[in-house]
Amino acid sequence: MIELHNISKSFGSHDVLNDVQATFERGKVNFVIGRSGSGKSVLTKCTVGLIEPDQGFVTYDGRDFTALSGKERKVIRQEIGMLFQGSALFDSMTVEENVRFPLRMFSDFSEEQIRRRSAECLERVELSDAGVRFPAECSGGMQKRVGIARAIAMNPKYLFCDEPNSGLDPQTAIVIDQLIMEITREYDMTTVVISHDMNSVMEASDTIHFVHEGSILWKGTRQSLLAGGNRELEDFVFASNLMRQIRSSGQL
Amino acid sequence: MVMRKYDLNLPVPVSTINPYLRTMQWMFHIGRYMQLLAASFRRPEKWRVFKDLFILELESIGIQSVGIVALLSLFMGAVICLQTAHQIGGWIPVYTVGFTVRQTMILEFSPTLIPVILAGKVGSNIASQIGTMRVTEQIDALEIMGVNSATYLVLPKILAGVIIVPFLVVLSMVLGIGAGAWIGVATGVSALADFEYGMQVDFKVFDVIYALTKTVVFGFILTSVSAYHGYHASGGALEVGRSSTKAVVWSVVIIMISNLILTQMLLN
Repeated sequence: MIELHNISKSFGSHDVLNDVQATFERGKVNFVIGRSGSGKSVLTKCTVGLIEPDQGFVTYDGRDFTALSGKERKVIRQEIGMLFQGSALFDSMTVEENVRFPLRMFSDFSEEQIRRRSAECLERVELSDAGVRFPAECSGGMQKRVGIARAIAMNPKYLFCDEPNSGLDPQTAIVIDQLIMEITREYDMTTVVISHDMNSVMEASDTIHFVHEGSILWKGTRQSLLAGGNRELEDFVFASNLMRQIRSSGQL
Repeated sequence: MVMRKYDLNLPVPVSTINPYLRTMQWMFHIGRYMQLLAASFRRPEKWRVFKDLFILELESIGIQSVGIVALLSLFMGAVICLQTAHQIGGWIPVYTVGFTVRQTMILEFSPTLIPVILAGKVGSNIASQIGTMRVTEQIDALEIMGVNSATYLVLPKILAGVIIVPFLVVLSMVLGIGAGAWIGVATGVSALADFEYGMQVDFKVFDVIYALTKTVVFGFILTSVSAYHGYHASGGALEVGRSSTKAVVWSVVIIMISNLILTQMLLN
């Protein structure tokens, strides 16, 4: 479980996050949704320590991540997998080398064990035959799946996905959503997905946090989302005809 | 709030013509450069991985630069020989040609111009490589995994630069002097015996030590300054290009300033 306690962050005079409190539960896919520029990505970066919050702290299963030294943070970071918006695969390495990378850096595995584990991860994302390709030779959907394979290579306890479906066609997006759901259950991970894609939210979310102007305005599930909560949430969720029709039919 | 010892994500002050703020901006960059160095000189996570990266960098910075270094050195040595021959005559002995080629190549051309050329070739490569990794979130990916991105990306380049650049410079000295001798004999401006005698006249081993000392410093500057500009690139392709240009410009400027300081310190 990941808990955010009173996180605030400003850049100059611009307050990006204001006193954010949230709990991301273990074994669930926790969505953070909101408009572009609402502070979702900064919230994620504060959570994983890429940006230091001005106030507040983050705990990973009770461990205060914000108070830890760089060395102590490394231990928690090795328990974190992250899928980036642009996949962030190392473009000088092949797909297989990308997946092997965290294992080579942090495990005591032999080369044979590393090879086997990376093959397992690639098989899990159905990319067994793509190991020798370079990221530039892969489609957007494949790159996302390689990103997931790399993220799960070290058996993480926490998985962060930043806009996992951006730039993907609807069918591929659903494949990625389902993959995220499945591996969350398989590895019993705390998964946090940053998204503004409502299809993805309705497909894969267990819990939803709605961020607006740097604050969490609403928390709930996809069922309770249909009931609305406040005007900002309704403007965001029911911006599309499809969502309005779902609300009027009352069925997910 | 707990401050991390090395926060490499500090905002860059806005550029301005105000001299005070301009000075502050310079101080900011110097401070952040020092922070990057402090973050880079840490124990690597895995020595095996570090060794592989180091060898790759030796190849990238050193072996891949042999061609351009050789080409420039051959022509520089030959031209110095012809220019010197053009200027001497009458009572100035012919062996001065060999003496001048040797001194010019050892004291200045090889140890200073070769690092300047490498700042253009290697420095822009380092800045664009690291800058692209920054803007495509590959550096964030390293940090999330728990990898010290500065040690992983910057340290192998600095060490490789410090070690391989002196070898390139020695190669440049040998080729430059050799080309000077060949062109001198081939064009008839100096007999081989005169050239050889000039090469040996008043030879001081300290001159070579001085040259190699400068080279080690320049190797450090061209790799670390370029890495700094790449590491702190932000935005997109345009900014990566700009960081690459800045890397070359600042490497050359700092090499030239260091050249003056080191020469004053070591020769006087």
